[in-house]
Amino acid sequence: MAELGLNHYLLLSALLFGIGVAGVLIRRNVIMVLMCMELIFNAANINLIAVSRFRPDLTGQVFTIFTIAVAAAEVAIGLGLVIAMFRNSTTVNVDEIHLLKG
Amino acid sequence: MEIYAFYAIAAVVLSSAVLMVTSRHLVHSVVYMVISFVAVGALFILLEAEFVAAVQILVYAGGIVVLFLFVVMLVNVSETYQVEFLHRQWLPATVLSMILAAQIGFLLWGNAGGLAADPSASGSVLRAVEGGNTETMGMTLYTDYLLPFEVASVLLLVAMIGAIYLSRKRV
Repeated sequence: MAELGLNHYLLLSALLFGIGVAGVLIRRNVIMVLMCMELIFNAANINLIAVSRFRPDLTGQVFTIFTIAVAAAEVAIGLGLVIAMFRNSTTVNVDEIHLLKG
Repeated sequence: MEIYAFYAIAAVVLSSAVLMVTSRHLVHSVVYMVISFVAVGALFILLEAEFVAAVQILVYAGGIVVLFLFVVMLVNVSETYQVEFLHRQWLPATVLSMILAAQIGFLLWGNAGGLAADPSASGSVLRAVEGGNTETMGMTLYTDYLLPFEVASVLLLVAMIGAIYLSRKRV
């Protein structure tokens, strides 16, 4: 069996990214869309950590810490918006949210 | 040996991600998301990034998932279990995003060879002391990346104020 290289991690990250994009596109629930965005963040983190491991440089790990902080902030704001939206229109379905449509 | 661990963890990550996207009940999706996040943390340990693995477990599996669970339980129960939980055009969307993933994966698989240096020489850079890279991470974070670190703390403060403002009683 082949040696474990950077290729394997990058391919896994690309597949995880694809699953996340598919989830964002096909689910109707806003909470589910936010969760799939977390999958996409995780794919990016795997890329950063793997490259940081295979060309020895700590910068990738440091930026993963920043990515996780930004993801936490994004989830807090996004879920706050979901709560506000649910309170105003009593739905969390992305197809039924068309308040800004002319 | 390492490659078997990688394949096992990758199988857990991908299958729990697929189950998360396709499961009908939102709480089940959250549970599958926890499994996927913990497996990604295991992947970080395999990549010798122990500190980031700990942060991943603490922040994702500890914090973000609890946040999601609270919001899932705050919104209506009938909304968390929908018969039509997929978009009308879910099949073309899935096919297109799989094509996108295949393209990205193909390009990265073919062109990563130049980056894949000898991993056995990486020990001295990634860890100053034996048994973990927390000390090296701390030194780098508080010397070279001090300004981004402070900016990240301001960002978290802004996010906290924004979340409190958005989810107030009367918006």
